[in-house]
Amino acid sequence: MPLSRAINAGLRASLAGSDRVLLMGEDIGKLGGVFRITEGLQAEFGERRVIDSPLAESGLVGTAIGLALAGFRPVVEIQFDGFVFPAFDQITSQLAKMTNRLEGAVQMPVVIRIPYGGHIGAIEHHQESPEAYFTHTPGLRVVSPSTPNDGYWMIQDAIASADPVIFLEPKSKYWQKGEVDTSARALPLHASRIVRRGTDVTLVGHGAMVTTMLQAAVLAEVEGISIEVVDLRSLSPVDYGPILESVRRTGRMVYAQEAPGFTSLGSEVAATVMERAFYALEAPVLRVSGFDAPFPPAKLEGVFLPDADRILEAVDRSLAY
Amino acid sequence: MPEDPALIRFLEADGTFAPTPAAERYRAAVDALSDADLETFYRDMAVIRAFDVQATNLQRQGQLALWPPSYGQEAAQVGSARAARPQDHIFPSYREHVVTKIRGVDPIDIIRVMRGLTHGGWDPTDPKNGNTHIYTLVLGSQTLHATGFGMGLVFDGRCGTGDPDRDEAVIVYYGDGASSQGDVHEAMVFAASYQTPEVFFLQNNQWAISVPVSTQSRSPLYKRGEGYGMPSALIDGNDVLASWAVTRAALDEARAGGGPQAIEAMTYRLGAHTTSDDPTKYRPSSEEEAWRRRDPLARMKAFLLTRGASESFFADVDAEADALADDIRTRTNALGGLEADDIFAHVYSEPHPLMDEQRQWLAGYEASFEGGAS
Repeated sequence: MPLSRAINAGLRASLAGSDRVLLMGEDIGKLGGVFRITEGLQAEFGERRVIDSPLAESGLVGTAIGLALAGFRPVVEIQFDGFVFPAFDQITSQLAKMTNRLEGAVQMPVVIRIPYGGHIGAIEHHQESPEAYFTHTPGLRVVSPSTPNDGYWMIQDAIASADPVIFLEPKSKYWQKGEVDTSARALPLHASRIVRRGTDVTLVGHGAMVTTMLQAAVLAEVEGISIEVVDLRSLSPVDYGPILESVRRTGRMVYAQEAPGFTSLGSEVAATVMERAFYALEAPVLRVSGFDAPFPPAKLEGVFLPDADRILEAVDRSLAY
Repeated sequence: MPEDPALIRFLEADGTFAPTPAAERYRAAVDALSDADLETFYRDMAVIRAFDVQATNLQRQGQLALWPPSYGQEAAQVGSARAARPQDHIFPSYREHVVTKIRGVDPIDIIRVMRGLTHGGWDPTDPKNGNTHIYTLVLGSQTLHATGFGMGLVFDGRCGTGDPDRDEAVIVYYGDGASSQGDVHEAMVFAASYQTPEVFFLQNNQWAISVPVSTQSRSPLYKRGEGYGMPSALIDGNDVLASWAVTRAALDEARAGGGPQAIEAMTYRLGAHTTSDDPTKYRPSSEEEAWRRRDPLARMKAFLLTRGASESFFADVDAEADALADDIRTRTNALGGLEADDIFAHVYSEPHPLMDEQRQWLAGYEASFEGGAS
């Protein structure tokens, strides 16, 4: 099934599993969300469980905090990545710190779902990669599934988490199909995973970029270069185990992301890998990212966003050391 | 300036009992108050004022990082807090020292916040704290938390059942400065949408640090509530009777399923916004003097005297106030410190590798200074 249906199925399972789980968002009820991720859920669970909220992002997150204080587990949908900023204070100053301020007396099991990233040809504010703002904030957990199976399980794990989770959905992959094993969870929420084995260079990334990295690996194979691909899955905390294990074998690493590169997740992972696997590295860790410019008009997003060729250019640079 | 005909007041500045026309609606409830009730109101106000003055002094002596005085706003706070039932939920801003004390929070817990020992201070789930949530420093944020909590009460059927002993309500405090924040407006939209059992209690103390309320609003703030479809009242916030009677009615209405209510308490902070600012730089002393003549404590004392309150009662209150102030000074000086490890506590509820790594590193680093080579 496609990622969109997998997340829908995961939400349904969580709603069915506990009546303390609530979905809140703009247009998520009757319409089923602009991406139809919540389609059919209001009809199944009612208007008290799947709530069409007023159009106010700070209000959505702020009231979700109050609901969590009252013992609920709210799952908030932000309609598009660029619309999360009106809720930024409630997420970073309030939600992220509430348990800390309360000295553990109350947990904050709130999930903020955000469709993020480019490649759908949308207009401004509709395709951004805000993950670094949230990974920079202590108290938040940040995850991003890249496959339908992960979409199904990770949303359930995020809802079950006692901590607030920013759940980043790679919207360009909503329609990408894959197997979903509803009988068994593949990995814990905060584990990274080697998704393709290779021996020459390790590619690391998250979300939609995992597909692009796999494309690059196939293309590289034709040229006789063996590429290993690691899906980060959890952006905060980062599970360095599989990454370091891979880098120690290949000696080379390239991080690929859609977000601007300056002080980004790729910067953090690159620095940490250099600290922890310095003697295993044959070349500096390189980063491939969106440019440090506002996300451009859609007709230029193909230039802005890293594609397989941009990743391979970095692979070549790494191999040239 | 002529007085707003909507103003609800029972006690004039000199203590004369003279209800305004708008107050008549609440007259019966006030008439039914016993002498003991009235004395409790006065005692609350006087005792916490002594605490507030002591805390200001402690800040001046370097014992606290900051103090936001409640001086002058005691009537608005005592009346509204005494109007709440034990099962109600309180969402304060950061100046509701009187409210929190009435609900059972130990004032030393506020001191701990302002001394830099905690960002919270007390556990809202501990019954002794009377469902009082912690202070919020970002203006207006707590109005959304209160509204979300109220939504939870609605969803769980904990209001509007017709049982006043069981139905619950929420009261959220904010100020005239916060009323400019978007979150307050969004809170009112959500509250109206979901008909939360909630009272928006605005203490208009006339100044948002140095910015007068006239810069923030062209119309009386209580009228904004009406724009969201909420019954809205304007009270003399220096009259504890008006504060009590109107808040009690609003909370009763909210608890019974009548949806959110708004109250604007017209008051004045006689002190600084916090100990970091100097009101003489931004507001005329004549204004301060005019409001000092409307002091809520003096007003209530004069009223109690006309009702025959004894000198021994006032002496007793003064002694209790002095005792609290002394106690707070003693306990402040005795407050302990924090463990370095506390930095990592409660950042996450579930185990987190980054916290574990940094905790371990810090422990090792600190240990390197003990009995080391130097």
